[in-house]
Amino acid sequence: MSSDLVISNARAADGGGVNLHISEGKIRQVSSEPIVGAPVNCTEIDATHLLLVPGLVDLHTHLRQPGKEGAETIESGSQAAALGGYTAVSAMANTSPVADSAGVVEQVARLGREAGLVDVFPVGAVTVALEGKALAELSAMAHSLARVRVFSDDGNCVSDPLIMRRALEYVKSFGGVIAQHAQEPRLTEGAQMNEGVISSQLGLAGWPAAAEEAIIARDILLAQHVQSRLHICHLTTRGGVELVRWAKAQGIAVSAEVTPHHLLLTDESAVGYDSVFKVNPPLRTNEDVLALRQGVADGTIDIIATDHAPHSKESKECEWDAAAFGMLGLETALSVSALSLVSNNLMDWAALVERMSTAPARIGGYTDHGSIAVGANANLAIIDTQARWTVDRDQLASKSSNTPFHGLELPARVEHTIFRGVHVVRNGQLTGMKYE
Amino acid sequence: MKHLLSIDDLAIAQVHELFETTKELATITSGQNKKLPTLRGKTIVNLFFEDSTRTRLSFEAAAKKLSADVINFSAKGSSVSKGESLKDTAQTIEAIGADLMIVRHAASGAPRILAESGWVQAQIVNAGDGTAGHPTQALLDSYTISQRLTSGGYDFNGLRVAIVGDILHSRVARSNTALLKKLGAHVTLVGPPTLIPLGAPSWGADICYGLDDVVPTSDVIMMLRVQSERMKNSYFPSEREYARDYGLSKKRLSLMKSGAIIMHPGPMNRGLEISGAAADSPASVVLEQVRHGVYVRMAVLFTLLSGARDGIQA
Repeated sequence: MSSDLVISNARAADGGGVNLHISEGKIRQVSSEPIVGAPVNCTEIDATHLLLVPGLVDLHTHLRQPGKEGAETIESGSQAAALGGYTAVSAMANTSPVADSAGVVEQVARLGREAGLVDVFPVGAVTVALEGKALAELSAMAHSLARVRVFSDDGNCVSDPLIMRRALEYVKSFGGVIAQHAQEPRLTEGAQMNEGVISSQLGLAGWPAAAEEAIIARDILLAQHVQSRLHICHLTTRGGVELVRWAKAQGIAVSAEVTPHHLLLTDESAVGYDSVFKVNPPLRTNEDVLALRQGVADGTIDIIATDHAPHSKESKECEWDAAAFGMLGLETALSVSALSLVSNNLMDWAALVERMSTAPARIGGYTDHGSIAVGANANLAIIDTQARWTVDRDQLASKSSNTPFHGLELPARVEHTIFRGVHVVRNGQLTGMKYE
Repeated sequence: MKHLLSIDDLAIAQVHELFETTKELATITSGQNKKLPTLRGKTIVNLFFEDSTRTRLSFEAAAKKLSADVINFSAKGSSVSKGESLKDTAQTIEAIGADLMIVRHAASGAPRILAESGWVQAQIVNAGDGTAGHPTQALLDSYTISQRLTSGGYDFNGLRVAIVGDILHSRVARSNTALLKKLGAHVTLVGPPTLIPLGAPSWGADICYGLDDVVPTSDVIMMLRVQSERMKNSYFPSEREYARDYGLSKKRLSLMKSGAIIMHPGPMNRGLEISGAAADSPASVVLEQVRHGVYVRMAVLFTLLSGARDGIQA
């Protein structure tokens, strides 16, 4: 076990001064006064002018292992997460083999523990092999050592309404949630980018907003009907925000996420056909971006999730139609979100941290995360909100380099990450220490 | 000009210059099948990832009339069908030796990726990419219009052009709209709403769902090839219904303005988008389009590979 840690002179998200004593992985003391009584050999982090927050929690992460270890591994993805200020990630099920059985989710969880940099919570597939035809053994995954609570066929939509209804009902017995990738498949056959002015000019097949909104509307009604919990993955449209706003007003148990890239980029990025901007769901219009920001600010959208999607060089180094969908997110999420929301005065840091840590921990049922409390596991991040840095795709911990933010100067830098009391990131660098 | 990728990249002065070069090359080489030595020693590769016999032949004829060496690559039966990437194919072709690549690809943007990725140093000409663009087709179409309707001038103000058919899947429609607007023409896109992109109003053309509304007032009626497989995706219910609503029938031919011309990029589906009567009528300039295509492509290759027009020598 690592030595005691003392964090001094930090600023809390609410603006007050805060000092912290961590021992044996747990938070022992939280105080506005300097810590007294810590062992002399403890490690001290001088956090003067820095913001102390609960470690970030990602509800939507593609770690590619098992199956595509060339693009990312659970270890490299954990490194990227820790550098991004995360202490928990949710490994999506679209691996090879698919995480649709207790055996696979337990393997993912075990590899996460071995990496020891963040908690890796496996997401279980809703249907066998993500095919949308038959329910996977959801209960077996829930009661496995991996204790899965979030289920998603992400990458595919659970498009069959009856299967979706059954899934929503079935997970009620163990408090699960279905995270839906909302994409009506017939309306998006061959789709390459948002359908609109830009797609018509570029000659790329369109992905209409209605294809996302139709599924969101349907699933909201199903969740209401069977009184279960629905989570909407990566919301991208103004209409989707309106639907979720309506559902919440009716008291329906729906939560929604947005990605940092959908909060910043628009479909105009596709001009030039650089496939680093190819992502699913696609980048939308500026009007959508503004509605998404407003949705996060007013709480309609509960959380920001990365949809971190590493891809090997060869799956992006090609013509647009042939390129894989997806972009990196873990190492830039906090900064890109701060740029979209805090820099634009739509939210303060306290609200941003709620959307990136507290709320996703609550939705995922990750009880060790999302708060700073005496006696809890010390899962923390320390942020320099005044710093600026420039994204360099060749300097990322991810094994892939498909970030759309290469060369962009961003605000806010993660200085330290503490995972279960272990100082895994110091001054923006991995320390080499891990939780064992 | 290093590449020809899109009409949007061309300044109006460059278009005029290309047309002047076309005119000059046509004058020098027409009739007697004369060949110019201008591009001797240059190697041009037809890099065709999608079948298109006529476009390939047109480029090949253009290159040969300028004495370039021509290598033809077609994806069928090549390593591409075994999964070779665009990058590897292009680099392989360049290693064999290519000063300029004429690229036809089913994916929109593929020629631009080749030109801008740094994978190859060769110059790139877009010979049709996905549903994005077909700039030499647009150039040859506007050149043909200038020869027929504006006495060789390139000011199309006052000309009304109707582009009819499957606008959604047509690179020809996109490039033509862009170039015709640049030259001052009034463009109307005509077709069933299922085959007109939702974003098309941003192109600066009018949109019309009824062919009969535009036939009597158009100076140019450009018919697009309709692929009957579109029917399977419910873009329209039947060939018969399509032909009735959007085919250039004998009746519609009779309603055309006097002096107006009919264009078609080929190959024509007689009886579907165009009747035999229209295709063979004196108003049809389809074969002129093909003839001009060779000269326009000569002008493009000449301009890209040897620069100034005053270098033309018989």
